[in-house]
Amino acid sequence: MSQVIIVDGLYLVILVALSIPLGNYLVKVMTGKRAFLSPLMLPLERMIYRLMGIREEDEMSPGHYVLAVMVFSGLGLIFVFGLQMLQASLPFNPENLAAPSWDLAFNTAASFVSNTNWQAYSGESSLSYLTQALALGVWNFLSAATGIAVLFALLRGFIETKKTTIGSFWVDLIRVSLYLLIPLSLVFSLVLVAQGGVQTISPYHEIVALETGITQSIPLGPAASQIAIKQLGTNGGGFFGMNSAFPLENPTALSNFLQLLSILLIPASLCVAFGKAVGDMKQGRAIYLVMLILFVGALAAVTISETIGVPLVPGVLDSGNLEGKEIIHGVGTSALWGTATTAASNGSVNAMHDSFTPLAGLVLMFLMQIGEVVFGGVGSGLYGMIGFVILTVFMAGLMVGRTPEYLGKKVEPFDMKMVCLIVLVPPVFTLLGTALAVLMPQASDWLTNSGPHGFSEILYAFSSMGNNNGSAFGGFAANTVFTNVVGGLIMLIVRFVPLVAVVFLAGNLANKKMVAKTEGTLSTSNALFIGLLIAIVLLIGALSFLPALALGPIADYFTAVI
Amino acid sequence: MEKNRSESMVSKLRPALVSFVVLTLICGVVYPVIVTSIAQIAFPNQANGSIITVTQENGTTIDVGSALIGQTFTKPQYLIGRPRGTSQLSPVSEEQKALIQERVAWWRALDPENSGAIPSDLVTASGSGVDPNISPEAAEYQVDRIARVRNISAKTVREIIARYTTGKLLGLWGESGVNVLKVNLALDGRIQ
Repeated sequence: MSQVIIVDGLYLVILVALSIPLGNYLVKVMTGKRAFLSPLMLPLERMIYRLMGIREEDEMSPGHYVLAVMVFSGLGLIFVFGLQMLQASLPFNPENLAAPSWDLAFNTAASFVSNTNWQAYSGESSLSYLTQALALGVWNFLSAATGIAVLFALLRGFIETKKTTIGSFWVDLIRVSLYLLIPLSLVFSLVLVAQGGVQTISPYHEIVALETGITQSIPLGPAASQIAIKQLGTNGGGFFGMNSAFPLENPTALSNFLQLLSILLIPASLCVAFGKAVGDMKQGRAIYLVMLILFVGALAAVTISETIGVPLVPGVLDSGNLEGKEIIHGVGTSALWGTATTAASNGSVNAMHDSFTPLAGLVLMFLMQIGEVVFGGVGSGLYGMIGFVILTVFMAGLMVGRTPEYLGKKVEPFDMKMVCLIVLVPPVFTLLGTALAVLMPQASDWLTNSGPHGFSEILYAFSSMGNNNGSAFGGFAANTVFTNVVGGLIMLIVRFVPLVAVVFLAGNLANKKMVAKTEGTLSTSNALFIGLLIAIVLLIGALSFLPALALGPIADYFTAVI
Repeated sequence: MEKNRSESMVSKLRPALVSFVVLTLICGVVYPVIVTSIAQIAFPNQANGSIITVTQENGTTIDVGSALIGQTFTKPQYLIGRPRGTSQLSPVSEEQKALIQERVAWWRALDPENSGAIPSDLVTASGSGVDPNISPEAAEYQVDRIARVRNISAKTVREIIARYTTGKLLGLWGESGVNVLKVNLALDGRIQ
């Protein structure tokens, strides 16, 4: 146990140490200042603007910004869907894979465009190399870049005064891609290959098994390049069906560590970038601390439950819960991964969450259900958390009878309407989806487990899609017309409704004047506020989900104990 | 008026279409081609699935597996890995308990002389279903049986196991693992 604490502690220290320079770098890039990669990227950036026929300094109104995001993502949705449907007649399909069903292709397209990367398909048995690289791989980048772009639009809302524009989506999109996501992914994917991650366009490799003499096929593909961005962009969609539990996707202890680090790296850096951008590092630190505190609490609960929560079987050594876990990753780093991937809306797995102990499974679900704001998705996690911050400021303002304000901007009715959309749309659709699935007469055929754990499989699936996470309780048979269509729609709604609300919130904030700080202004960076914010996040989550959790993991736990 | 409107439509759509095409080409073609090229030159074995090739008695070579993908072993002269396939069952469920008890009985039947406690990785499936490794304890549990069946010393078996054991990263991170396929190839004298 003490070793687990050292390892987890070291992980967090390294994470925080790397997030500070990266956050500072990102602010430089996004404000158009010269940064480390400028000599290399600036000519390319300018050339792309020329091709697009835009000028760097042309800014957009909120309506125009939203339109740009929606048109761009719409193109992506059509492209990812179309490429899957046509893959059988396109090149780079050495295994001659047929097109998936229309509902599966829709679900996958919605999943990757919404940065969810829920996987109702299994990569090695359903998608060609071309589909993987050109459709899914690309939208790993672009959905992540979209999230970060929108976050920076929101930050401009706080920085600017009396302004009707909030920056340019095109400039934000291009800069995030060129200066952040592509260079990081390039370096990271090569390290992954060195460790044993596959990266080839050759067909699957036939081998003759030693004892049985049976010919088996080793699945291959251009995997490492996609795995790098799947982790960095909080996407989480595995190249192979078993995701980062599959050794060719995550071969060694080092690859496991680096992938874990990259799950939280950019979401954590954005907290630093936030503080820097609004010119008050304490504001960024407060949000960072809230996320870290919630993360450490969840990590402790998951790790303890996974270590001591399995029943002993006579004649078997007790080494914690190893079902569904790879030996070299063990209970410790699998618990850390499970926590990180659900805290961030990453959704990649290196162990099977369905076989986590009931209370650990509960924590993983709850991390998603509170809206993916404990680090959360790149960009979307922080703008979701800022929604909670404004809600907290508003409630504190009500209690003391003052007009609430945050970072010098008054919080008014329109802002609160947008905040409600940001905070409430995901839980509403998570619960609706779960309820609808349970009502389906064939629902019990989709489950591997029975009783409360079976219900947990459904609740987990819709919590995952309803918060753009993408991980699953693997026993849930996801590839059905119902789940593909309903889940696909839910992923799009919970991604784009809050996103649009954020942009309009940004526009409304940018238009306001700054109010001077007075003695009566509520501090949003002290310990009291941090405690208040944590309480609000947990409260909203608990009020929405306690009844459902009681029927799932909590009942599961007590059934096993009694 | 009409012309102006259609022009403004085009000028609105141009950035979207151009950025879509350019970014798709950069992220979906240039980037994977660069990574694949460097990978194939610098790390050809890893990039192609860490395939193990051995020379047979007649001089031809054969690919016997990937160092990273576990294979099924059931015979007593081999080091036996973890059960194939994942259960996706709750670890506290009756179904999972029954599954584990079945596997315990299998191990007892394989080696009735060994009454020691069975390391739990031998009776639980991995996440990938093809875990290439077992814990050092799970390997040690099988040493006497392999030595007896093969009529070699336990010391030799332990030496081979040690050769194909990877430690924790920096002695801290993750867990040690014994590569089952490599140990068995070495036991059969097919790799050194």
